[in-house]
Amino acid sequence: MSKSHDHHHHGEGSELPDIALRVKSLESLLIEKGYVDPEALDVLIETYETKVGPRNGAAVVARSWLDEEFRKQLIEDASAAAGSLGFTGRQGEHLVALENTPDTHNMVVCTLCSCYPWPVLGLPPVWYKSAPYRSRAVADPRGVLEEFGVNMPDETAVRVWDSTAEIRYMVIPMRPEGTQDWSEEDLAQLVTRDSMIGTGLALTPDQLEAAKTP
Amino acid sequence: MNGAQDLGGMHGFGPIDPEPDEPVFHGDWEKGVFALTLAVSFTGQWNIDMSRHARETLDPAEYLSSSYYQIWLAGLQKLLAQLDLATREEMASGTMTEAPVKVQRILSAKDVAKTLGRGGPTEREAGAEPKYPVGSAVRARNIHPPRHTRLPRYVRGHTGIIAGTHGVHVFPDTNAHGQGEQPQWLYSVRFAATELWGDDSPGTDDVYVDLWESYLDPA
Repeated sequence: MSKSHDHHHHGEGSELPDIALRVKSLESLLIEKGYVDPEALDVLIETYETKVGPRNGAAVVARSWLDEEFRKQLIEDASAAAGSLGFTGRQGEHLVALENTPDTHNMVVCTLCSCYPWPVLGLPPVWYKSAPYRSRAVADPRGVLEEFGVNMPDETAVRVWDSTAEIRYMVIPMRPEGTQDWSEEDLAQLVTRDSMIGTGLALTPDQLEAAKTP
Repeated sequence: MNGAQDLGGMHGFGPIDPEPDEPVFHGDWEKGVFALTLAVSFTGQWNIDMSRHARETLDPAEYLSSSYYQIWLAGLQKLLAQLDLATREEMASGTMTEAPVKVQRILSAKDVAKTLGRGGPTEREAGAEPKYPVGSAVRARNIHPPRHTRLPRYVRGHTGIIAGTHGVHVFPDTNAHGQGEQPQWLYSVRFAATELWGDDSPGTDDVYVDLWESYLDPA
């Protein structure tokens, strides 16, 4: 596993054209053999670039902050609750929601590959699939959290969930202070991808404001 | 298998280094690898456990020096060759020289949303009661199968508590090797951080791992 996204901005420079050519060759071959429909390939890419992503999960979390019945259903059967908002399917067939509280912080990893709840979070970022996170999340979660800028108090229990089977986990972060009268749409803007993996917290209103200011 | 994929607890990989505003794909080749992997998997020629095994059987040095989509590409090419869907020569040239094999189905553009929405549930009907009730103590077996398994090394031999049951699920250790689904009870097992990593770990912390019944013994 590359240490980070080094195929993106450094190293492997000479390999890029090579792998691009290899993928092109493979694609033409599989189309010629009739195993894949080129239009289906485009729809698959478009689906995960534009339709399925962490905005879905943020809508689930925001709803759970406002609607107590929905929150209960989410804890009871997350696949059904997320499904009621239209988020179902591949890599989220057996979804479990983990609720953070002042006493307990949850964090999700897949040490053996890259298991991730696609219908609510989309495709995983490079770091989630890479060796540094996968190796350390289970053994030193507090150190990992610090690297993400989160200092977890000693008295808060940290629970790490290793996705070794087909159960997919999403974290329900705590609702930030100062958001009493916020609408569901506004609350959803506070819910980051990392807060639903458990490597971050939901944004505070001030942090959201700062993020919006260029 | 004790391959490079089983990373829990290893040292020395450096900082996590998240990329700010990371795009979904870095370049068209990643899009290609992703879409081809999914589209070919829908032909029904192999299952997800076979895909994972194809990736974890890469040479450890190659696995650890590859990006994840490079690993996917290598795994895809390995399965295509193993199952005679395409030869290595064809894949290198991009030109067909052998007749295609007959596949179960081909994913069409109009079926993508429906097919993704349906997914591939792995839960099966329960034939028997679970052997371990919630709250009971279990020990993860100290086994080292040289084949596909989802029992990570870092829990083997360690004692945990059954925190919950997830129902009966397809058993990857057989499903990856053409030996059928052989579904078993799947448990959420809670291991204290101190049990796994020693007394220097915070006594407050736990690691939850999803483990099939045959990975466990009573403790």
